Amino acid sequence: MDRRLFVKLTGLGALGLAARPALDLFAAAEIPAHSPLAQRRWAMVMDLRKCQEAGDCEVCIAACHQAHNVPKMDRPDEEIKWVWKESFHHTFHDQEHPYLDEQLRHGPVLVTCNHCENPPCVRVCPTQATWKRDDGIVMMDWHRCIGCRYCIVGCPYGSRSFNWQDPRKHLAEPHKDFPTRTKGVVEKCTLCEERLTRNQLPACVEACPAGALVFGDLGDPDSPVRELLKSRYTLRRKPNLGTQPQVYYIV
Amino acid sequence: MLEKALYGDRKYWTWLAALGAVGLMGVLFYFYQFANGLTVTGLSRDVTWGFYIAQFTFLVGVAASAVMVVLPYYLHHYKAFGKMAILGEFLAISAVLMCMLFIFADMGQPFRIMNMFLHPTLHSMMFWDTIALSGYLVLNVVISRATLSAERKGLPPAGWVKPLIYLSIPWAVSIHTVTAFLYAGLAARPFWMTAILAPRFLASAFASGPSLLILLALILRRVANYDVGKEAIQKLAVIVAYAMSVNVFFVLMEIFTAAYSNIPEHLLHFEYLFFGLEGKSALVPWMWTSEILAVLTLILLINPKTRAKEGLLGLACAMVFVAIWIDKGMGMVVTGFVPSTMGLVNEYFPTLPEIGITLGIYALGALLVSLLYKIALGVRRSLV
Repeated sequence: MDRRLFVKLTGLGALGLAARPALDLFAAAEIPAHSPLAQRRWAMVMDLRKCQEAGDCEVCIAACHQAHNVPKMDRPDEEIKWVWKESFHHTFHDQEHPYLDEQLRHGPVLVTCNHCENPPCVRVCPTQATWKRDDGIVMMDWHRCIGCRYCIVGCPYGSRSFNWQDPRKHLAEPHKDFPTRTKGVVEKCTLCEERLTRNQLPACVEACPAGALVFGDLGDPDSPVRELLKSRYTLRRKPNLGTQPQVYYIV
Repeated sequence: MLEKALYGDRKYWTWLAALGAVGLMGVLFYFYQFANGLTVTGLSRDVTWGFYIAQFTFLVGVAASAVMVVLPYYLHHYKAFGKMAILGEFLAISAVLMCMLFIFADMGQPFRIMNMFLHPTLHSMMFWDTIALSGYLVLNVVISRATLSAERKGLPPAGWVKPLIYLSIPWAVSIHTVTAFLYAGLAARPFWMTAILAPRFLASAFASGPSLLILLALILRRVANYDVGKEAIQKLAVIVAYAMSVNVFFVLMEIFTAAYSNIPEHLLHFEYLFFGLEGKSALVPWMWTSEILAVLTLILLINPKTRAKEGLLGLACAMVFVAIWIDKGMGMVVTGFVPSTMGLVNEYFPTLPEIGITLGIYALGALLVSLLYKIALGVRRSLV
């Protein structure tokens, strides 16, 4: 790097720093500051009533899939899904009964990767192409994945998708800030870790007009997720398997 | 020693050419799959493993079953298996290689296969299965080569071979145990999460593998004038009879536990397998075929009179092979996915490219068996 370039880049960096407070004024929402000593542990609480009252709203799904270059496949059996709607019956078939509230029972449930405390997908992956970070996010390395699909077999929640064919052919307008994938690899929700590093909330949470999705830090006793988990009774999917999902549902 | 494979009559070369042609067809289908992705298979979001993994699981059993001739011959000095042991070892080599090819065919990113070794992952059963299978392959190659070349020189096998042979016995058990662990440790799939899966895999392996060996021995007697001896065949038939009985017993254990406990997530899989779910019943005729064949083979094999007749024995062995191929292959693998973890009932049907690749791999396996048997028989002949 020559001197001129160095000066230019330093200038640009300084400009960025200066612009930061101004940008923050316009930011929709961001993650509250936390004690640097506390370990962060991300979690999500979904309020099913709020979500279902919004009817056919799929803003969160669109926001996520757009931000992450999730392709729209023609064949339903080859769909790639990071976050999607599933019937209550299929989501909680071990926790339903015929006398549940009709709206709840027949209404859709938003499902995604549960970012389990004990993720079976991580346990089975033969190449560590998927792993759990210290903040609880179950991550994927699309460049290391060999496409054996063992993680899909091991996941009790159907949260993982495989690229049966080239996904790039099914992207209308690829988003430049996020990588696209190749055929033959597994992908799933990464809890917007790329947005979290920019201090932004996950795309689905930010997009939800009903405020049905609450994201936060379980390590912080005053966080909105901890408040909700304390004040409301919540469900988790297949709690008996010991995976400890970190997506909670208020019913 | 290897040059023995190069001397054969017209029939031999025609046979090899036919197998080579089928293998080539498989390779061409594989290129098609490689270019387009696994979308050319019948696999889907819900059924993510299918025909390839079914063949893999079945063939691990065939590979492991070599121990059923190796153990009596080397450990108990059961001399009647003298001509059979090498056939078992060579069959094991071919079966393990076919297993590896099926895994390769199933991979979404086959060129990244070295990631398995670059990032060895001790908590993944797939890593251990790779170790078990590669180790078993090496053991069998070394052992069969050492014993055969010693035999050619008219000497007993070198001293260092013995410990390897003893090691290969538990190792054979391990390959099928670890293959069962691929399935049996998954909380997500109640159909497979049963402690009896590994014992059941071993029982079905010790029925299907020796059945194939008996068939091969009967064929070799006709086409190559190589007789392993009536006693060896009959002894192996007894092993098949016991193993098949234990296998059927284990299957009944499974069905009892699921049916009597009446836990839906266990029972639904068996319902799908034997009666169909939500009007979807692709596997039902196959499974009933498998069960009927199993019962018939038990009648033929347990009865000493029918077992002693080699014609009937051959028929029974073919039936055992088919029954277990259905039950342990598609029946075991696909049913784990139906219903899915979400409770969805979506079926799976293998496609033409999948069947083409599968036939190709089997043809390459048969080609290798033929070459290896040619070598073994050639060495034996030159001794006489």
